[in-house]
Amino acid sequence: MVGMSGISRRQLLGSATAVALSLALTACGGSGDSPSGVDKNGVVTISVNGMPAKTQAVDRKNFMEDVAAFEKSHPKIKIDAREGQMDPKTFAAKLAGGQLEDVYYVYFTDPAGLIQRRQAADISKYTGDVPYFEDIDPALMKVFKDAEGKTYGLPTGNYSMGLLYNRDLFAKAGLDPDKPPATWEEVRTAAKKISALGDGTVGYADYSKNNQGGWHLTSWIYSMGGEVATKQDGRWKAAFDSEAGRKALNALHDMRWTDKSMGTRQLLEIADVQKMMGAGKLGMYMAGPDNIPTIVKQFEREYEEYGLAALPGTATLGGGDGFMFNPKASPEKIKAGLQWVQWKYLRSPERENVDSKRSQKTGVPIGLPQPRLFAGEAQAEIDRIHEQYANTPVKNYQPFIERNAQVETKVEPPNAQQLYTVLDGVMQAVLTKEDADIDALLAAAAKKADTILASVK
Amino acid sequence: MSLQPLSTAAEKATGEDGSPSGPAPRTGKPVGNARLRRAVRENLVAYLFLAAGVLCFALFSWYPIVRGVLLGFQQVNFSEPARWVGLDNFRRLVDDPLFLTAWQNTGYFTLLALVFGFAAPFATAVILNELRHGRSYLRMTVYLPVMLPPIVTMLLWRQFYDPGPGLFNNVLEVFQLPAQQWLESENLAMVSLVLVSTWANMGTTTLIYLAALGGIPGELYEAAELDGASIRQRLWHVTIPQMRFILMITLLLQVIGTMQVFVEPFVLTGGGPDDATVTVLLLLYRYAFVYNDFGLASAMSTLLFVVLGLFSVVYLRLTRSKG
Repeated sequence: MVGMSGISRRQLLGSATAVALSLALTACGGSGDSPSGVDKNGVVTISVNGMPAKTQAVDRKNFMEDVAAFEKSHPKIKIDAREGQMDPKTFAAKLAGGQLEDVYYVYFTDPAGLIQRRQAADISKYTGDVPYFEDIDPALMKVFKDAEGKTYGLPTGNYSMGLLYNRDLFAKAGLDPDKPPATWEEVRTAAKKISALGDGTVGYADYSKNNQGGWHLTSWIYSMGGEVATKQDGRWKAAFDSEAGRKALNALHDMRWTDKSMGTRQLLEIADVQKMMGAGKLGMYMAGPDNIPTIVKQFEREYEEYGLAALPGTATLGGGDGFMFNPKASPEKIKAGLQWVQWKYLRSPERENVDSKRSQKTGVPIGLPQPRLFAGEAQAEIDRIHEQYANTPVKNYQPFIERNAQVETKVEPPNAQQLYTVLDGVMQAVLTKEDADIDALLAAAAKKADTILASVK
Repeated sequence: MSLQPLSTAAEKATGEDGSPSGPAPRTGKPVGNARLRRAVRENLVAYLFLAAGVLCFALFSWYPIVRGVLLGFQQVNFSEPARWVGLDNFRRLVDDPLFLTAWQNTGYFTLLALVFGFAAPFATAVILNELRHGRSYLRMTVYLPVMLPPIVTMLLWRQFYDPGPGLFNNVLEVFQLPAQQWLESENLAMVSLVLVSTWANMGTTTLIYLAALGGIPGELYEAAELDGASIRQRLWHVTIPQMRFILMITLLLQVIGTMQVFVEPFVLTGGGPDDATVTVLLLLYRYAFVYNDFGLASAMSTLLFVVLGLFSVVYLRLTRSKG
């Protein structure tokens, strides 16, 4: 009850609660760090992501060991490690709210857009001090450069699309697991034989949802000798309404509808297809070597069950990942971040030796044919170390190693995600409509793609 | 804690005719101020709590809305100050070949959702209301899907729709009917999404209708029965007129809700096949989180906001006139 003489105790308590509530709501987290990130002892703290989740106990333990070893050998740098990788859903919010890590993980599809939108720091001034920088494969470095040749990041992983297959199903279908298909005709024949095994077995599967259909169709078109986008008179134009585009879509259409070797369920994405492979119900799909450990770990399979061949045709799509730097990071933080990325991911042969030895013991896969980050002698030395400690059946990847070098690896087209949305529709139409008009689909998609490419500088 | 309503203090300070009560003031202003001060002091707690509420709304509801509208006229990268671009984002939106498709698909979804989603809960509520036994059990059963997290619902229905060993095609097979490409066919995909959405959401609406049905005076039915009205006539002449207002409100709320459809196409079809299920919100999501173009996404959300705002105005007018 309110007293006449002033504010009662209850009222006072209520006011205090309301004020506290208001303050709590308005309070915003501030880090209180100095802008350069260097403390009075000259120690610079950098936040980095890429730390494995708690569910990946071994990987996380190895990562934390690396952090400790790095901090020991670099006493002036402290690592503030955070979980997670590039998540487009939170990236802009983190950047806007000042929560983006100083050194952040990206896929090869991201750098072009991030550079164009000025959401990554120019690190050209600092790369001179990075050991082994000159040995990094120039094709991979190109992903992190702008038109003027300025550098915005470092690659730490790469892949090129091959053909991942189930060796057991190959054997069951009377195919030789050591001689996987090398042409699309052979893929078609093998897919037919595998799906003939019945019991819900699918010969070949492909994606067609959430931009992943467009991503794979791009690789299909490359493999048929075509392009998705080309630069003509300084302007980008769609190039998939071509003989190569038609060949790719006809091959998919025939496997889906004539041979019925692609199963009935479509609108698949990577998780669906990996699940099919992990369940032993899928013969082949287009994938990079990094898919093998994912399937083995997630579905508790054995490495021996899977083989990898190079993609049929003349070219394949390549991609990978790396690290870029917060546009608001201080020069001190960028320099420290570069040291971390180089030490942890672009390893010297000595570090590679330590890492590979540990990986062999803890079951982290060694011996997969990629990533290959360096050119020349540096890579040869790393390959030798990997061979020494390999804990995966390297012979199963021979078909990939033998032929992949002859298959040209092409990068993703500009405005890749937007183009993939358009190509998703084409892929979906071919895989869900038996009477799909391939010519009309390609023409309509090219028109849409031209609009998207018109904005590329 | 007993809090005085704000209006009470104001009423106390004035006489019946609205003039200040008590001894006549020498000059009106100082006494008015004193009364205002007193009114404020007496209701300080209420004002402070109100302030917390207003602050909450301002921070988490109004500010994002205003910011969202402003972003529609800006180009932003969040590392540098935003750049004003006028109507550029809106022009680019209209140029997008998917823009019209998304609105058409959303309109189609809303229409289908009304056909299925509006009639189904009403019919279910009427049936449940007529039941003599097992009413509580069935009420719970009808409400059960609402309790499932949306992603679980979607994954469950994806299994039902599986063109191979899925439940629905198995049922069709029993009746020797041809198997359907539920999500993979351009013609069926949207209908399939509406079915999931209806199943997942009808529990809440059914409960609202059941409550409304419970509020219809029993005498009306008794009188109708005495006049020899059949079940259909009772439904038509008593139930529907009595529930007209609540039916209208749920209709509007459903339009507002279904126009924001996202989870169903995002999880089940990704907008396919051949863009047949790309909705406004799915396209907006792509602009923001796939293409990282927040200006374009905000322009799209502003348009959606305007359209939904119109429906909200109708809703408010209806509720006000009833009040």
